[in-house]
Amino acid sequence: MAYVAVSGGEAAILASMDLTGLSRRGEPYFDPGLIEGHLKLLLDRVMSEAGLYGPSIAAAALKQCEGSPEEAVFLLRAYRSTLTREYYSRPLSLDNMRVLRRVSAVFKDIPGGQWLGPTYDYTHRLIQEDAPGARSLEKWLGEDVDPGGPAIFPRVVDILREQGLMRASPDPEGDYFDITKRPLLFPCPRSARLQALARGEAGFIIAMAYSFLRGHTVFHPNVGELRCGYVELLIDYPPERRDTWYAGEILLTEVDCFLPREAAGQSPEREKELRVAAGYGISFGRNETKAIAMSILDCTLDMPGDAPCHDSEFVLLSGDTLEMNGFVSHLKLPHYVTFQSKLDRVREGMRREERRPAP
Amino acid sequence: MNRDYNFAYLDEGAKKEIRRSILKAVAIPGYQVPFGSRELPIGRGWGTGGLQITLSILLPSDILKVIDQGSDDSVNAVSIKRLIKECAAVGVTTDSEAATVIQTRHRIPEIPLRGDQILVLQVPEPEPLRLVEGSDLVSRRMHGEKDYNLIWLRLFEDLIQFNEITAAAGYPVMVHDRYVASPSPIPRYDVPKLNMAQCLYLFGAGREKKIYAIPPYTKVEALSFDDVPFQVESFAGHACGKCGARDVFLDEIYDERTGEKYYQCSDSGYCEGRRRGAG
Repeated sequence: MAYVAVSGGEAAILASMDLTGLSRRGEPYFDPGLIEGHLKLLLDRVMSEAGLYGPSIAAAALKQCEGSPEEAVFLLRAYRSTLTREYYSRPLSLDNMRVLRRVSAVFKDIPGGQWLGPTYDYTHRLIQEDAPGARSLEKWLGEDVDPGGPAIFPRVVDILREQGLMRASPDPEGDYFDITKRPLLFPCPRSARLQALARGEAGFIIAMAYSFLRGHTVFHPNVGELRCGYVELLIDYPPERRDTWYAGEILLTEVDCFLPREAAGQSPEREKELRVAAGYGISFGRNETKAIAMSILDCTLDMPGDAPCHDSEFVLLSGDTLEMNGFVSHLKLPHYVTFQSKLDRVREGMRREERRPAP
Repeated sequence: MNRDYNFAYLDEGAKKEIRRSILKAVAIPGYQVPFGSRELPIGRGWGTGGLQITLSILLPSDILKVIDQGSDDSVNAVSIKRLIKECAAVGVTTDSEAATVIQTRHRIPEIPLRGDQILVLQVPEPEPLRLVEGSDLVSRRMHGEKDYNLIWLRLFEDLIQFNEITAAAGYPVMVHDRYVASPSPIPRYDVPKLNMAQCLYLFGAGREKKIYAIPPYTKVEALSFDDVPFQVESFAGHACGKCGARDVFLDEIYDERTGEKYYQCSDSGYCEGRRRGAG
């Protein structure tokens, strides 16, 4: 009788890992620095879903897993668990962003102006061997180029707030919920929602927002402002003395979206009134579609409705890269016992049928 | 692996936090304690809840056994054991009686565990009410109010439709007359072992971020009706093809060449011990 089935055995696993190594060993030799230099947007996506900003370690992770975003996120998250968490940064001063790109789709002229910056939005998607559009690269490569424009861009959302078209943000300051330290329980505070969305799998977040656009054309969200740029990271240390340390800067994409919607009226004569709701999206790196989608979901999760995009538990618990990939792939593990148990129930049912006298 | 990692991989702050959740779980048998689940280098949904418990409670003097669906030799058990061995230099064994900590997926060893042993169970879905209520918010309220009507109704509807209760592995249990809990997907055959046991049972759900416990000498009953007794899987008339054991949970196996069906102990450590004893 051949002994097979359950036995995987350590030797077999080691041999399998050897084969993985063989598959990973590509030619020619590939320096992970090339990923940092060339595959920036892939890197941004992986760092955003990992919740870890570290371009060189993310590049090493991507190389190690043959470029699979889900595996790279996995490596970075596992690495993150080994790090002691000493402090929180100060709230980012996003108003002082060193802007690379900044556009508004609601007003033609905005204070500070529209800055198109680097984007694929206006390129034609034709496969070309040479980098297209590098018409006058030299002019950007010279030293001491003054990009022009203001150092600080006023926010479009503040214009609407000042005009009373939008309620002031109801968020309490200072008390932030950290989903990497506390489990997400419902109902959850907005800070937990935003963190879960910001770490969410790009495809999932975008698909959820898309499901809202397809299903509810009455409510058309507008991109009030989208900006990409560098922001300083400051840390108070030691916490009791509150000395502020500069830890470096990170590249972010930030979106304010507006959604006209009904709100409870302010006076007894007007039961309802039309206001502009705002949603917020943010992501590490240049990650524009995800940031826009996040800002839409920030709105839809406050709206009533039966669609999944209005259900916080559905949206916030289904879209984590690590969790969705991990659980779906666990189906490859043996289920001999559980399946045996189910078979037992099915056979019991069949036996019962057989015993039943013919009608 | 990089040897600079902390003992048992996680940083001490995280381990302490998890141990606090475990203490709370022991104090309230069957109650699901939410915890700040950490990501680990093995797949999320591949036993990270159990592994976080194991890593948090391990001492260098511990002897560890890891089983997956009964087997020490199954791929994931081997993988988990290798990870723990590399980041925490504990002893390992396949003998359930020699182990101080046993991490398991979906089986409880055949030999009853003692008071100085801890069984850590991996849990894919900790919420027994998920079958009848999709929302976590609502199910937590139902537990708070001890409102278990829906799950009883579900079992009753099963009886009406199928003439029997179809719940297979992961059969819901009542823990010490208070909380309905999921025993994790262990077969029904293992459920009675939870009742008034000597050992501590810890349950960890990493993805769902919950820890719960069945402490020693806790009353655990499978949900069933007075006139429809709880049934375990039946292997009547079959014995293990390797050690000859009867009255154990058997895996059904088809011969590679002939396709002939035969049976074998699901608990590979137990089977091995019997053969060693006999030989």
